[in-house]
Amino acid sequence: MDKPILPQVSPALAEKRRKRRLIRDKVVSWGVGTGGVSVIAVICLIFFYLMYVAMPLFSGASIEKVASYQSDVLSQGKTAHIAINEHGTLGARFTQLGQLQFFQLQDGKVLQQEFVAEGHALTSYSVSDAFKNTMAYGADDGSVVIMQPKFKVTFGQNDERIITPELVKPYGESVMVHEGLPVSVFNTRDGEEQMTIASVVHDQLYLTTLTKEVSFLDDSIELEASSETIALSHADIRQVLIGPEQRLLYLLDGEGSLLVYDISDPSDVPKPQVVLIGDGHQVERLQFLTGSLSLIVTNEKNQLSQWFIVRGEEGEHLTKIRTLEAGGGDITAVAPEARRKALVVADAKGYVSLVHTTAETVVLREQIADQSIQYLNISPRATVLFTQAETGTFYLHHIDNEHPEVSWKALWGKVWYESYSEPEYVWQSSSADNDFEPKLSLTPLSFGTLKAAFYAMLVAVPLAIFGAMYTAYFMAPKMRSVVKPTIEIMEALPTVVLGFLAGLWLAPLIEQYMPAIFSLLIVLPLSVLVFGYFWQRLPDSMQDIVPEGWHGLLLVPVILFVGYLAFALSHSIEGLFFAGDMRAWLTNDMGIDFDQRNALIIGIAMGFAVIPTIFSIAEDAIFSVPRHLTNGSLALGATTWHTMVNVVLPTASPGIFSGVMMGFGRAVGETMIVLMATGNTPIMDFNIFEGMRTLAANIAVEMPEAEVASTHFRVLFLAALVLFLFTFVLNTVAEVIRQRLRNKYGKM
Amino acid sequence: MSQLSLKGWLRSGSPWIWLNAAAVAMSLIAVIGLLGIIAVYGLGYFWPGQVASFEYKENGHTTQVIGEIHEREEVAISRLIEAGYALTDDGGNANRFLIRKGNRQQGADFGWVIEPYMSAVTYPENAAVVERYEWGNAYGFISGIKREGKAVPSTDLQEDLKPLLEKAEHLKAKIDAIEKDSLHSINYQLERLRLQERKWLLSKALTAERQEALASERSDLNAQMSGFDQTLSELRGRQGLDVLVLKLSSGQEIDVPLSVVVRVYYPNQLGVLGKFGFYFTKVWEFLSEDPREANTEGGIFPAIFGTVMMVILMSIFVTPFGVIAAVYLREYSKQGPLTRVIRIAVNNLAGVPSIVYGVFGLGFFVYFLGGSIDSLFFPESYPSPVFGTPGILWASLTLAILTVPVVIVATEEGLSRVPISVREGSLALGATKAETLWNVILPMSSPAMMTGLILAVARAAGEVAPLMLVGVVKLAPTLPLDGDLPFLHLDRKFMHLGFHIYDVGFQSPNVEAARPLVFATAFLLVLVIVILNLASITIRNNLREKYRSIGS
Repeated sequence: MDKPILPQVSPALAEKRRKRRLIRDKVVSWGVGTGGVSVIAVICLIFFYLMYVAMPLFSGASIEKVASYQSDVLSQGKTAHIAINEHGTLGARFTQLGQLQFFQLQDGKVLQQEFVAEGHALTSYSVSDAFKNTMAYGADDGSVVIMQPKFKVTFGQNDERIITPELVKPYGESVMVHEGLPVSVFNTRDGEEQMTIASVVHDQLYLTTLTKEVSFLDDSIELEASSETIALSHADIRQVLIGPEQRLLYLLDGEGSLLVYDISDPSDVPKPQVVLIGDGHQVERLQFLTGSLSLIVTNEKNQLSQWFIVRGEEGEHLTKIRTLEAGGGDITAVAPEARRKALVVADAKGYVSLVHTTAETVVLREQIADQSIQYLNISPRATVLFTQAETGTFYLHHIDNEHPEVSWKALWGKVWYESYSEPEYVWQSSSADNDFEPKLSLTPLSFGTLKAAFYAMLVAVPLAIFGAMYTAYFMAPKMRSVVKPTIEIMEALPTVVLGFLAGLWLAPLIEQYMPAIFSLLIVLPLSVLVFGYFWQRLPDSMQDIVPEGWHGLLLVPVILFVGYLAFALSHSIEGLFFAGDMRAWLTNDMGIDFDQRNALIIGIAMGFAVIPTIFSIAEDAIFSVPRHLTNGSLALGATTWHTMVNVVLPTASPGIFSGVMMGFGRAVGETMIVLMATGNTPIMDFNIFEGMRTLAANIAVEMPEAEVASTHFRVLFLAALVLFLFTFVLNTVAEVIRQRLRNKYGKM
Repeated sequence: MSQLSLKGWLRSGSPWIWLNAAAVAMSLIAVIGLLGIIAVYGLGYFWPGQVASFEYKENGHTTQVIGEIHEREEVAISRLIEAGYALTDDGGNANRFLIRKGNRQQGADFGWVIEPYMSAVTYPENAAVVERYEWGNAYGFISGIKREGKAVPSTDLQEDLKPLLEKAEHLKAKIDAIEKDSLHSINYQLERLRLQERKWLLSKALTAERQEALASERSDLNAQMSGFDQTLSELRGRQGLDVLVLKLSSGQEIDVPLSVVVRVYYPNQLGVLGKFGFYFTKVWEFLSEDPREANTEGGIFPAIFGTVMMVILMSIFVTPFGVIAAVYLREYSKQGPLTRVIRIAVNNLAGVPSIVYGVFGLGFFVYFLGGSIDSLFFPESYPSPVFGTPGILWASLTLAILTVPVVIVATEEGLSRVPISVREGSLALGATKAETLWNVILPMSSPAMMTGLILAVARAAGEVAPLMLVGVVKLAPTLPLDGDLPFLHLDRKFMHLGFHIYDVGFQSPNVEAARPLVFATAFLLVLVIVILNLASITIRNNLREKYRSIGS
């Protein structure tokens, strides 16, 4: 050819073009590089983000000093109680002699002060409800004054918060308990319908009940008082506490024994239960944990222990649940938190410890003063700690302690929760009221996950592997090319459809035809064998109608017929063996609990979802076993089956194993089937007729309602992280095994 | 195969082969049976059932029952006796029927009856089914038509009813158009004005002129609104005039205003052709209408729309990124242990439970990204979140991450199948790497990308668990795409076929009535997904054939 096809270009232009092309090449390679790396980075991001959200659970607490000051005004008298407002800005200090000072926590500036029981000669005081800040004083004339400091919040013009402190006396100026006898040891407890005051003088217990009656006319409350006197067997009563609902009364004597009275009917109080709570030592301090179900006992040996009433077979008994470690030092003050089962403990060396009872952990222990701490309290939101040291120095600390309730033991171990009769694994994450003790054990959820996966594998593994063996090795290629994609398409079926069918169609069906399902387990393989035997006894001419490798198809009508027979006879079998109702027979005669949506349904439905995963990988592994191996075995005279078992399976076993692992991974993470086909109750029971709650289903159920950044929210993220890691590791191992296998085949 | 004795047969291992074959057969039966069940129940939903009529004697009372027979089951008589029926046990079984009696304001929609108590079943010619917008179906006989409270004389009630029904339908369509489109649009614009004002207020840019402009726009809109309100109340006044009188099985006559009637039909009169006609009307209604009665009746159009919309958005995100990542892994990065590790990691992500992606999407996209976007760009709508709440954008992004491994794996497979000779040819002609990629490799592997995308779409369409966390709702008042600016509302929540199945099947108050509809929805979803998968398999097979010829 003389003329070039492309028009001639000047060298300058050609150079320019070449440059542009090179630049474009660079840009593309750079762009693809960034794009590729960023996609991979996004994938890593999933892991790190989950971890980022879950990590604060384990990050512990920190304490930070905000202010410290000396104050003479606030050092007047001995501190009885300091109430702190919701936002941790104001305090209300009650002295033992009835002085009240409202002051700013930040600098100790006193806003207002008064004597709360003017005209009474005060003889004693009692912090009646540390969580509602109810305070009571007893006077020498036998009357009791009950009061509550309130911090009223209003909003100013520019939306700034204005807090006005005031003192409320909900029961009037005073309530007479025992005329003429000075009040010494007493306690009060307020409730919706009534209020109880218990006061001990020498060895007499005076119970005063104020019943509230709302007037029909103007909604004002009228009080009706009644009182009872009970003779005590013990003298030297040091402390009185009244439990919630005003049902139990605790009296502590000087030797460390606690008298527990049932005062639900004050006119008929039975004999008390006497419990030694001091471990042989004198008890220094007796307090309620929030919710007032648990007692926190501090003895003179500085041991802290938690006690609550446990319902056993012999009735209710006050039981020691756990000893709490708060670190050494002489304990000088203990303050319970208002909304969590936690305590702040101070000692004589100026150390403060944050202790959580359910988690049994000391979240933080730090020295905040170089002298003994006399009094401390923590704000309702547990963010502000106010401390009074011996020499009249006051400290204000900010506490960052978001998730004390999480510890290794709380997440995975058996924990003795309030009002449970023994330590248990429980998941119960939320409830309406503040006194609720969150039960965050992941054990029942993990157990449920494994249980569901186990039953699914029980169904899927034999079917999938047997099926894979037949499809890869015995089946005619033509049939294989149809069967394999058919089974693999199952993998794409939305699990929500499977779950729906399992829950609304299969579960009622199985409940109704239970004997059929169980008889099929035995009858089906038997009938297949019988059919197979008689098939090979047929004359050759008839056997030849169905060529080798198509036998699977022959069995379809057999299985359908046997299945139909089992279902048709189900009711007769039920009538014959199970008195007409297998379900009732299971529950009544065998003592097995039965749910309609149970592990059996999950096994079948999820097994169905897992079959294609295992089948596909196992089939590939078996199919790619080199032919010369099998041919060699056959040539040596082994039957096809013996070749299968002794040559093919050992070679392909790693592939099959990796298929099973991938199937297991899928079963562990499956959400919708479990969500729809079980009752989602977090129980720890391996019973096939009961349901379970899995990690994945639990996330799906609770995540939308979890409050952002709460412990519950983070624990759900932790559950997701656990699932992620578990399946990721499982799949990686399976994948590595599969790649090794591929290399091995490559060499053969 | 020669004939063997039992012992020889056992020893040869053949029984095991038969058992293996049985496993395959069972798997096949399970797959086909499952698809069959969904298809039968799902397609059967639209078929008009006969309306049966019989007398039912229970505890000495005889009641007339009219309704559709929904289900039949055989129960041992002994069990029925236990359940409190007065029967004599002969050890046999009796039929029990689930009857849809309708007329829900009079009691339960569904009820079980047993055959021994029933008289012979008849199928009266003129039994009517009145589908209503509220209280579900009513079964009975049309006994009259009233207009403004006065009976309209009629010789052929069925014929006379037709034009009236058409009129009522027309009126309802008008009212719906005003309520759903015009009024909604005005409200939306008013809300936008409020947000605009707050935005200016926050940025201290609310001048007097702007305030005036806002006020005038607002008064315009309010005027329009009151105009529509007037038309509406006039239309509503006309709506309640026509009433049909339905005689129920109890003999009681009830007035059914035509405004609440969806349609009236007489299933026992329909011939095969008529039934087919009715069938397709119902199918069309199912595909094109909004749901009614807490999703248990009517159509699933918003769910179909939401699913499609979400999948399209997801494809827009997932395709470029998946392809770029695959190209990077296969063409640009050094093939070493690191690439191998990345490849395994990508592969395994396909096996990570979908709910984990949902949790990630909720935490990262919704709360972190969405929250940041809100505080940066939409301070005016505080405290109600715009993007800081689950919505279709976050849902499609989450699913894009979920399906990106699928696209990467499929594209990589396609890239690896492009013969090395083709690449070398292109490079030898002087093309740069980018030019080879763009002009040779990508076009050749485009069917593979297509396969990947189709598989991704199929997976995304069937996924429910993550969507429950990042944007799906049981009933979305508005579609994510409508006539209000900016037309595409990425922050809106949406409905989804899969979630619809979960919600209606498990959370609805009238599960029995909803079940057929759920089956129909499930059938639609399965159909779409199976078709998508088959398409991808076909494309892949074609691709393999093509390369086999190039490669050789």
